[in-house]
Amino acid sequence: MAKRDIPEINAGSMADIAFLLLIFFLVATTMDIDTGITRLLPPMPEKDQKEEEVKVKERNVLVVLINKDDQLMVEGQIMDLGRLKETTLEFFSNPNDDEHLPEKEPEIIEFPPGQSARWPDGLAQIRVSKGVVSLQNDRSTTYGKYLQVQNELVAAVNELRNQFAIQNFGRRYDDLNPLNSIDEGIISGINKVYKMNISEAEPKNIGGVR
Amino acid sequence: MAKFIKKKPTGVKAINTASLPDIVFMLLFFFMVTTVMRETEVQVSVTLPAASQVKKLEKKSLVSFIYIGRPVRHLQTLYGIEPIIQLNDKLISEEGIPSESIKDFILFEREKLDEADKNKMTVSLRIDQNIPMGKVTDVKQALRMANALKINYSAKRPYDTF
Repeated sequence: MAKRDIPEINAGSMADIAFLLLIFFLVATTMDIDTGITRLLPPMPEKDQKEEEVKVKERNVLVVLINKDDQLMVEGQIMDLGRLKETTLEFFSNPNDDEHLPEKEPEIIEFPPGQSARWPDGLAQIRVSKGVVSLQNDRSTTYGKYLQVQNELVAAVNELRNQFAIQNFGRRYDDLNPLNSIDEGIISGINKVYKMNISEAEPKNIGGVR
Repeated sequence: MAKFIKKKPTGVKAINTASLPDIVFMLLFFFMVTTVMRETEVQVSVTLPAASQVKKLEKKSLVSFIYIGRPVRHLQTLYGIEPIIQLNDKLISEEGIPSESIKDFILFEREKLDEADKNKMTVSLRIDQNIPMGKVTDVKQALRMANALKINYSAKRPYDTF
């Protein structure tokens, strides 16, 4: 007896089934990547710890206030957001050693050796700014404005870090890869040169009683 | 000599679609692999502010979310229109400073993580841009009390317009 041919299975509807599944996953997928500004909150003071006043010289502090109407005041003067980055940049870098801008203190900062022509052994003596930005806001300030101000401050520090990285390591700070151990060393070194010194006070009612 | 006259082709030949399922399956597998299922339903409406210095948030498993915003429309009859706080998928409806709920939430979320990752826990704050800072400050204080210090102000890049 002759072998019977197995009839071909009709696969015409396979595509339909696959499309159905495909559309389901297309709809269920979220492609959004979470982005944001990462910050570290200061730890709560211990209960038995005495409130000690940390004396900081006036020249070392940049006071940034946001009032209930979202107006910005920097060092006692009203300023618009566009100029904040520039002001902060100047505050942290103090290029001409202005006596109204923060002091600098020489520190020895360790970088991975052999990465920079300026410090072949990796030990750099750098005058690090002692400046602190003090950010205060009202309880009625909108979050959007607050974040914009934070963003400008972060932008200023990032800009300085970028400049430093290009000058000394020939690469942008943003392009350094934290997973690479040499890059990681450079990043932590630069973070010590330009610290993200933003301090937030307890909120007050700035700009009138509600 | 009709035998030798070629039959003229009538109509267009059917396109061979046998490889269509293969292509579709390939797409399907791509989406199946890349899909992250929506875990939480956001019950408050949040329009994120824009910021130029945003960075990507890594390791989603270490991140907990706190949403602050006005309730979405169909929940407004239930919760009113005042801003409320949502912790992952749970709304806190109580009045005043919700520090206890946040503390419990942080402890609960931290318990879920590995021992080694406990101090790497990040709290992502997804806050509507029109919310007054008072509420945000309360949440930040509560987080400090719960010792969850690593936070991330969620924001979008300026050129994303949605």
